Amino acid sequence: MTSTGLDLTGITLTYPDGAGRLTALDGVGLAVPAGTITAVVGPSGSGKSSLLAVAATLITPDSGRVVIAGTDTHGLSRGDLTALRRTTIGIVFQQPNLLPSLTAAEQLQVMAHLDGRSPARARARALETLDAVGLADQAHRRPHQLSGGQRQRVTIARALMNDPAVLLVDEPTSALDHDRGAAVLDLIATLTRQKATATVLVTHDRALLTTVDTITEVRDGRLTTPARRSEG
Amino acid sequence: MFVAWRDLRFAKGRFALMGTVIMMITVLVGLLSGLTAGLGRENTSAITGLPADHLAFSADGRGISFTDSRIDRGTWTKWARVPGVTSARPLGIAMTKAQAGSATAALSAFGVQRGSGLGPASGDLGKGTVIMSTKAADALKVKAGDALTLNGHKVTVAAVRGAAMYSHTPVVWTSLDDWQRLGASPEDGEQATVVALSTTSAADLPAADRTLNTRTVSSGDAVRAIGSFTAENGSLQLMRGFLFAISALVIGAFFTVWTIQRSGDVAVLKALGASTGYLLRDALGQALILLVLGTGTGALIAACLGAAVSGGAIPFVLDAGTVLVPMAVMIALGALGAALSVRRITSVDPLTALGSAR
Repeated sequence: MTSTGLDLTGITLTYPDGAGRLTALDGVGLAVPAGTITAVVGPSGSGKSSLLAVAATLITPDSGRVVIAGTDTHGLSRGDLTALRRTTIGIVFQQPNLLPSLTAAEQLQVMAHLDGRSPARARARALETLDAVGLADQAHRRPHQLSGGQRQRVTIARALMNDPAVLLVDEPTSALDHDRGAAVLDLIATLTRQKATATVLVTHDRALLTTVDTITEVRDGRLTTPARRSEG
Repeated sequence: MFVAWRDLRFAKGRFALMGTVIMMITVLVGLLSGLTAGLGRENTSAITGLPADHLAFSADGRGISFTDSRIDRGTWTKWARVPGVTSARPLGIAMTKAQAGSATAALSAFGVQRGSGLGPASGDLGKGTVIMSTKAADALKVKAGDALTLNGHKVTVAAVRGAAMYSHTPVVWTSLDDWQRLGASPEDGEQATVVALSTTSAADLPAADRTLNTRTVSSGDAVRAIGSFTAENGSLQLMRGFLFAISALVIGAFFTVWTIQRSGDVAVLKALGASTGYLLRDALGQALILLVLGTGTGALIAACLGAAVSGGAIPFVLDAGTVLVPMAVMIALGALGAALSVRRITSVDPLTALGSAR
């Protein structure tokens, strides 16, 4: 039996919209076991990014429970949530969002530095993680010296640097061609199994979803019942 | 400081430009500080060097002034009897014209009683003899034993001692009797400009002032009674103040733009789990490194330039007060400007990192 890495229950999220409020998520529930990938698909504006932001503890829902690797985030202080993101959640942004002044290895080392770990061990761990995404020989390069696919791989490695229980991936292929996009998704699937992370993959490109375990669609702030990919 | 160090190396052009600006302002402040202190010394060293803790001026209701103050013998005699006053010595100050051969110079004549200790080697002073400060002797090209005239009165140089200056003119020490003859009318009686007081804590100076119709200030505060010093020092200090304010504003503006430029990076770091405190320490540490390097280089250049000119014709004081203090003030004000700028880090929303393309 696999443990649940991410558990969202009854999540409702609204935003101010003129005199009223716009419902972005309407009673959403999503459970992602460790070592599996759940793909969240849907059209633009359907609530995919809001769902990811709630799961990343970047935004607090109006109601519902967010449990990350067994920790209920309700009532946690801003500092506690920041620490939770640092230690338990890995985020792969839609765009690589790498820091321009850091080399590929340093993009990962900064995660260890945020966590107060020793620089020497952080360096070794960063090189090991870069090796896992096939970039061991690019460790000294800065973002502008890497291709789009390489930058996205660095972002994935950075997200995995602190061994997160939950990996949140936001449109990782939006800036890549089909082949590179497929390679990135294969990599995410492989690492999810290797590291036993509970991975949520937000995407609009169903054609690439050959490696995920579950596909769920979000439409007007509501999720369809998750379906096993083989069933879908 | 993990990101800050790497930003400094990566954006070295921008930081070098800003560091150069800080360095140049520091050089300017350092040179101005040295010049202000040098000019101040040429204005006041004869007063600040007096072996007295207070000076009593005549009270005329217009504030203290060496030009206007007149003290008669009765007043300094009574000051000597005030409880807590260990000595009350008359001091006459007047501008005079000196001539030795073909050389002429404007000097400040300081009249003191023989053996009073107010001037250097005052025991050597007698009727018709003077003690010249080094600059006064150099200006007139005289040495001990030579003759010169002060306002047409012939005197002999008893000794050349010290470097006292008053109101930008070298000092010549005369006996109080000779000083009377330099300017005061005979019918004015025996007079001096101020009374130099040495006191203990038991002295009730305000009460004595009321009784003797004088106004007593500390020797340090007495420099305000030199008209040229107040105007000159005030102008220079105003310039220094403006330079400090400009440097704080320039540094604040630089870090405001820099923080706005990297707000995307800040949002990403926050989303990845960096605390606001971590990011503020990183940004402020970066500002401090820039400030210390910029002001340190500037202070070093100012010190070298100051060392090159001090001792020559330009009045310049090179010490910790004119080099390290401006540097410390620059760092403190620059850090304040940077702190006000980088505090916008606290308002960066990590949510913007999701979906942001940079």
